[in-house]
Amino acid sequence: MQHVPLLHILIVSTALFFIGMYGMFTRRNLITILMSLELMLNSVNINLAAFQRYLYPQQTDGIFLSLFIIIIAAAEAAIAIAIIIHLYRTYHSVDVEDASELKY
Amino acid sequence: MQLNDWLIMKQELLLVAIILGILVVWLWKEPSNEAWINGMNLVLFFNIIGGLWDFNYGTLFGESFLVTPLILAEKTILNLAVWIIALFSYDWCKKANNLPEFYLLLITSLLGMFLMLSSQNILLFFLGLEMSSLPLAAAAGFDFGRRHSPEAAMKLVISSAFSSALLLFGISWLYGLTGTLDFSGLITHIGHSPLSILAFLLILSGFAFKISAVPFHLWTADVYQGAPTAVTAFLSVVSKSAIFMVMIPVLYQTFEEQIDIWYPGLIILALASILIANFFAIKQLNLKRLLAFSSIAQVGFLLIALAAHTQEGATSVLFFLLIYLFSNLAAFGVVSVLSAQYGIEEISDLSGMYRTHPFLSWILTIALFSLAGIPPTAGFFGKFFLLLSGSSGGNYWVIGIAAANMVISLYYYLRVVKTIFLNQPVQSLPQHTLSFSVKFALLFCAVGIVLIGFFGFLYEHLFQLLTGIN
Repeated sequence: MQHVPLLHILIVSTALFFIGMYGMFTRRNLITILMSLELMLNSVNINLAAFQRYLYPQQTDGIFLSLFIIIIAAAEAAIAIAIIIHLYRTYHSVDVEDASELKY
Repeated sequence: MQLNDWLIMKQELLLVAIILGILVVWLWKEPSNEAWINGMNLVLFFNIIGGLWDFNYGTLFGESFLVTPLILAEKTILNLAVWIIALFSYDWCKKANNLPEFYLLLITSLLGMFLMLSSQNILLFFLGLEMSSLPLAAAAGFDFGRRHSPEAAMKLVISSAFSSALLLFGISWLYGLTGTLDFSGLITHIGHSPLSILAFLLILSGFAFKISAVPFHLWTADVYQGAPTAVTAFLSVVSKSAIFMVMIPVLYQTFEEQIDIWYPGLIILALASILIANFFAIKQLNLKRLLAFSSIAQVGFLLIALAAHTQEGATSVLFFLLIYLFSNLAAFGVVSVLSAQYGIEEISDLSGMYRTHPFLSWILTIALFSLAGIPPTAGFFGKFFLLLSGSSGGNYWVIGIAAANMVISLYYYLRVVKTIFLNQPVQSLPQHTLSFSVKFALLFCAVGIVLIGFFGFLYEHLFQLLTGIN
């Protein structure tokens, strides 16, 4: 089996990161924003895993960091979803446009 | 590990003990809010004392956890801030539902900051950063009754998660570049390739989000307005101070080679923060939003000194953070009392407040004078040192713009003072006797504001602690 070059993986992860960023800026639904956020965090995981596998196979730092990122992403999602539910109870919608009373 | 090794991280262990203690007491019996407040005020006070009892310095966990006299002092400053916040939010706490959760969230966040300050490894640093920012998002939405609280919490959690994603993306490239996650290892391997510059810029923008420097400030005013005042004070004082305290070693030591990148970067952030925050602050009607923009402007001043890359610069940043702690907490303390007692947060509601509430009016005035940097108060000395050390690089036009903006900022600070003292009262606020803890906290802050400027030895002491930082 032929190896996938590191560059291809990095291109995929960078594309994923910016797709996530684009989603965060353009989407109006909070759940979709949260999904975009997960895309961004997972592109970091791909980066770390690829670097660890291709460049530093004798270390474990990168894999450990990506494990912790997975855990923290889960914690973040838990808090964000709790807040979104709270928001839904107040505004009866999960659209960020509806929850924009705080502005000057 | 021996007992002495554990004592190195005693400030963290104390916080863990407090967190577990809260949980146990909460399960065991349900004390009234009054009992919680008094107990926690006492516990947080002994937390400061306990952290200063018998100094232990050294490294732990394979050199990934470091305590030096500097880090101990920084943690003590943060402890002090949390204690003051707990003291002055007495009125709000008395009415709050599920009060123990509030203390749990704040202390967990503080624990995260302590880990972040002590970390010598990116893994621990990132864990601490997330541990400090996630509970705050929950705390910002703590007031279930307030209509704006979920919106504030949503904005905080989304923007802090976005900033962590930027930071992490930068860290992942840095790992690919250097193959290590230790700060000490990064110093030797970081190099000066385009990739390292990209990684550094991503990390810097992650930091800029957390300290809410322009153009990463858009969440600040909304979150500050919607969150409970105690949480706003925590966000604006404790979490910003913690990030600045981390930025000093990260910029001065780890990324020292990138100085030609971060010097202009910080100057641009600083000038943008000062200018834009000032112009937005001028038209604010809400006191908490005004303080939010004022805190963004203060961040700009801090960044000017941070960019100087000298020991004096780092010292004046820490010194100003101490002054900023007292000034901002005094202002937020008054806002906290007013919003908990009368539900007022608009500037126009303060008209003629001096006639009914002379004590609160004077405290707020002193705090605003200190934030504006008017001479007898400590804020003047803090800003003076910031600009003096910032000018060491020779960029006098930067200092000129900053100094001119201090004059502009007078307009919106003095507008509040004028409303309090000169305007006719539109509604007469009923008299209200302040509780002892609020009075003590506000007086403590006021005394701090007036005296710190004259305590030259504090600056000297911080200067000593920062020896060898660059």
